Amino acid sequence: MNAVSELTKGVYRENPVFRLALGLCPALAVSTSVENGLGMGAAATFVLLGSNIVVSLIRKAIPAKVRIPCYIIVIASFVTVVELVMGAYLPELSKSLGIFIPLIVVNCIILGRAEAFASKNGIFRSILDAIGMGIGFTFALVLISALREILGDGKLMGYMVFGPNFKPVLMMILAPGAFITMGLLMGMFNVIDERRQRKG
Amino acid sequence: MDVGTFLAIIIGAVFVSNFVLMRFLGLCPFVGVSKDPDSALGMGMAVIFVMTMASLVTWFIYVFILEPFGITYLRTIAFILVIATLVQFVEMVIEKTSPALHRSLGIYLPLITTNCAVLGVAVVNVEDFIATGLPLGASFIYTVVHGFSAGLGFTLALVLMASIRQRLQLGGVPKAMIGIPITFIVAGLMAMAFQGFSGLKI
Repeated sequence: MNAVSELTKGVYRENPVFRLALGLCPALAVSTSVENGLGMGAAATFVLLGSNIVVSLIRKAIPAKVRIPCYIIVIASFVTVVELVMGAYLPELSKSLGIFIPLIVVNCIILGRAEAFASKNGIFRSILDAIGMGIGFTFALVLISALREILGDGKLMGYMVFGPNFKPVLMMILAPGAFITMGLLMGMFNVIDERRQRKG
Repeated sequence: MDVGTFLAIIIGAVFVSNFVLMRFLGLCPFVGVSKDPDSALGMGMAVIFVMTMASLVTWFIYVFILEPFGITYLRTIAFILVIATLVQFVEMVIEKTSPALHRSLGIYLPLITTNCAVLGVAVVNVEDFIATGLPLGASFIYTVVHGFSAGLGFTLALVLMASIRQRLQLGGVPKAMIGIPITFIVAGLMAMAFQGFSGLKI
């Protein structure tokens, strides 16, 4: 596989959220507005990049038996960095993401990439993989949160989309809206796939 | 410390802010292990046990180690390590003492380490009960009760979902929606029902 496809596979073909059903909790919980979605995506991408680099560097030094705890410590350190930096410079975002910042530790995407990719590949490919997966995760978050924000709040990044007479569907911002949006999007991706296969 | 507060914590964790349907924690096992009610119940029991233990242990870690030394920013690292170790330990103890229980719970235990609901309950405990300046005894009891009832809420959602999914196999689900997508739609409808509890005040 060449470098470009390593970078782009996360966006559609192996999208962590829609395809592999990983990282579902943050994808649903913080996707109430596009800003939150972007913030979470950026935080997770940073952690993913850091952990992939470190895991790839120390992969030969870690005994196979204790590799999972080692990965978890590496990931948790980067999460703590994000937690502190975000609390210091972006206190509002940090408050609206709430407990989902420390919970990046148990985001299965990050541990999954460390185990499935960074522990077997060199540093350059691991960086590309981390960026690709990070973009895919951010893309999924932005897609879900844009739909929910437009329908549930009538806004997109603070701008009114439908004009002042639009009555927002409050349900879309609340928990049920998140589940239903997710279900419909996954269904849509399945339909697109099927169409493609029939053509190809 | 009175009965009303306990009731509020229990009802709050099981219904009003149900960990799966309202707080979006523990979705991976919720989608993955909800295929038949029996294994859902097994998973639920394992989660109740681990969540209660994790609440108990993280309370001690936070109050007696992290706070006195002023290193509460290491919370995430400390908690995830303790939880991972705890799950391993619980598995070993169950294997030695009760092979029958191990056979029914064993396969679910390793899955629980990466269940974000367990770390989630520990973090929520810190924010709601420990860092709010409650007296030690009260915060300890509330933490453990909250851990237990959060597990109970998780089990309730999991078993309900497994029962619904069993029925769904007989229904005509559109081909593109089979599996995870329809599970999310059902979860959305369940969340709508649980939204009805949100006005509940005790």
